[in-house]
Amino acid sequence: MKLGFSPQEEAFRAECADWLQAQMTGEFRDIRGITTLTAKAERRKEWEQHLGEHGWSCIGWPKAWGGRDATLAEQVIFAEEYARAGVPGRVNHIGIELAGPTILAFGTEEQKRRFLPGIAAGSTIFCQGFSEPGAGSDLASVRTKGRLEGGEWVVNGQKIWTSLAHISDWIFVVTRTEDGSKGPKGLTFLMMPLDQPGIEVRGITQINGDAEFNETFFTDARCPADSMIGGVGDGWKIAMGLLAFERGVSTLGQQMAFRNELDEIIAAARANGAAGDPLIRQRIARAEIGLRLMRYGALRMLSNTDHSKIDGAALTYKIQWATWRRSLGELAMDVLGQAGEIAEGEAYEWGTLPNLFLYSRADTIYGGTNQIQRNLIAERGLALPREPRGDL
Amino acid sequence: MEFAFTDEQMMIADTAFAFFRENATSDRTRKAMAAEGIDRELWSAFCTELGLSGVGLPEEHGGSGLGMVEFAIIAEAAGARVAPLPMLGLATAARAIAAGGSEAQKAEWLPKLISGEAIASCERVAQLAEQGGRLTGTITPVPHGALADVFVFFSPGKAWLVRADAPGVTVAAHVTMDQTRPFATVTLEDVLAEPLADPQAAIAALHAGGWICLAAEALGGAQEALDRTVAYARERVQFGRPIGSFQAYKHRLADMLVEIEQARSAVYWAACAVDEQSDEAALALHAAKSFCADTFFMVAGNMIQLHGGIGFTWEHDAHLFFKRARSIQTMLGNGSFHREQVATMVLGEAA
Ligand SMILES: Cc1cc2nc3c(=O)[nH]c(=O)nc-3n(C[C@H](O)[C@H](O)[C@H](O)COP(=O)(O)OP(=O)(O)OC[C@H]3O[C@@H](n4cnc5c(N)ncnc54)[C@H](O)[C@@H]3O)c2cc1C
Repeated sequence: MKLGFSPQEEAFRAECADWLQAQMTGEFRDIRGITTLTAKAERRKEWEQHLGEHGWSCIGWPKAWGGRDATLAEQVIFAEEYARAGVPGRVNHIGIELAGPTILAFGTEEQKRRFLPGIAAGSTIFCQGFSEPGAGSDLASVRTKGRLEGGEWVVNGQKIWTSLAHISDWIFVVTRTEDGSKGPKGLTFLMMPLDQPGIEVRGITQINGDAEFNETFFTDARCPADSMIGGVGDGWKIAMGLLAFERGVSTLGQQMAFRNELDEIIAAARANGAAGDPLIRQRIARAEIGLRLMRYGALRMLSNTDHSKIDGAALTYKIQWATWRRSLGELAMDVLGQAGEIAEGEAYEWGTLPNLFLYSRADTIYGGTNQIQRNLIAERGLALPREPRGDL
Repeated sequence: MEFAFTDEQMMIADTAFAFFRENATSDRTRKAMAAEGIDRELWSAFCTELGLSGVGLPEEHGGSGLGMVEFAIIAEAAGARVAPLPMLGLATAARAIAAGGSEAQKAEWLPKLISGEAIASCERVAQLAEQGGRLTGTITPVPHGALADVFVFFSPGKAWLVRADAPGVTVAAHVTMDQTRPFATVTLEDVLAEPLADPQAAIAALHAGGWICLAAEALGGAQEALDRTVAYARERVQFGRPIGSFQAYKHRLADMLVEIEQARSAVYWAACAVDEQSDEAALALHAAKSFCADTFFMVAGNMIQLHGGIGFTWEHDAHLFFKRARSIQTMLGNGSFHREQVATMVLGEAA
């Protein structure tokens, strides 16, 4: 067991920090410190390409596909320095963290050649089309239909809550391709270009006034037959494999962003005197402890190479950080007081902390709600009886 | 960076968990609880046959080197059985002597403490009159105080070694809620005390050792309490189905695991940070002690609730976990104290 980094790793840290700092004080200083997913989307697409050009886009990928074959420690370091430098979140995080690894794991050589270079170069932005109006937590109930016709997949139906679909180039969708099938059987995983007459994207405004997610309508939308990952009927297996990538190294970068949020709360508490309130002090200490434990939980999860064992650290990670961040949002508002409830300008737009308060209400919903997480922990981690279904 | 056990650490874990599972049985623990609150035979077997009592103590005095991570593994294993053993004294007093004692003090006490011939206890003193190397005052509550052969007493900037058989020492045992680690009151009347040569080092070492010991015990106890409750949830049937199939019940078990996983990160982060002398060590120790104690208490309380009536009986082991958890919460600083230390680190002193 070892926590420290080697001198070579520390040198790598300095290299990352220097490069990122230089970009954030130079050419890309206008995007530094942005905390929402949608602001300055076009500039951030340029940033994706800039990362790609300099080989910093997906350092954990194989060299052959635009990565650096970076070790786990190096990926951790890069993720930490990325957020520390105030670089905004990746608008292509779904491409880098979900689509790419899924193609690497389950795609054909031809599919890797087709998609990976574009993802690595920041020129192919992906979004995720899983949820539907009738299939949220119960993802296996998807009804969007796919059928093969003249060497193409033809897709009809509707997805919803599709984050960043309005700025993406491709969408991966789970479709029902076997008539009359139910649940996880008869599903197929397809990659579709968004820019086509059969796909319409309509924004949905969220509680913070932002519109990060969308409704995505498919009316005889098309993609080539070989845009399918895995085989016909393998959709559930691929979708589950993809969701496992969600707990990758990027979680550590996310934590450094949380660090910035907590630091902002600490600064606000010092400035307005809340730091003298013993109850606020206790809560800030709890938040600090929770954040540290999140880091070491993630390092434990990433260091675990024995995948034969159910990994409690990995299984509990999502609910842990989501719940922590929701409390952080509440703490932020208690520290700010009513000042936190007044917008700075004319628009319904919020600074980092009030936005954290509002946005963190989504953290316990997307990627599996807290209730679904508890079901998974109890069923997979503790081998308790599964939830009964009302149908099937 | 590799936050996982090495092969050697895995072996220590396997050995320690197997040893306590086999030997620290409920029957034996209950016998000890009804008597003086220690299983002497088990302690002797732990010190001699298993030979893990010297972990983290210097080799030249009978210790086996290694560090806090290995010690935490052992304390976790003992904590999982709520074993009635003077592990805490080994974690605090022995480490204080090793870090701050003179060569003579080390040579006299460490081999005996490691072999189990002598038992140590340690406590902070609030008020003590010191005159010409002689101490007068009352110290309470002293964990396993009635069994100790040697005490390390400390107050800010000072630490003394006191022999239990020194003239002027009186010890009164208390009926204690957690009967696996009973308290005593020690009264000193003009007792000849040996100051530890380097009190700062001694106090730092006993805090690190004590906090890690309690945090690791709490982790082991919490995990075991969860495991036993899960086993019960699968076998007990009500309304025609295992109670573990009810979502309200399942979700509570899930919440217990969420806390335990964080407690696990806390213990080994703190232990590793101490071993590596990382500048995070102080924060990690306060985090581990407060977080693990709270986790254990939450889990042990749920253990009673989720067992129903049987969980409220003397016969069932749930109360052993519950009472140990309660006692760990306050021992060596309660949660508010440790969190305030963290708050001071991140916010500065309270106004
Ligand atoms: C900001 C945001 C971004 C998102 N981005 C995307 C995206 O890019 N792509 C995508 O595909 N999806 C996305 N989603 C959708 C997200 O995955 C779903 O909202 C989520 O899975 C929940 O589904 P639902 O909204 O249909 O709620 P429902 O499943 O209807 O749940 C409603 C309530 O019922 C509870 N519930 C449901 N089933 C159970 C059960 N078995 N036991 C106990 N309680 C239960 C839930 O916990 C919840 O509290 C996003 C959501 C948000 C909020």
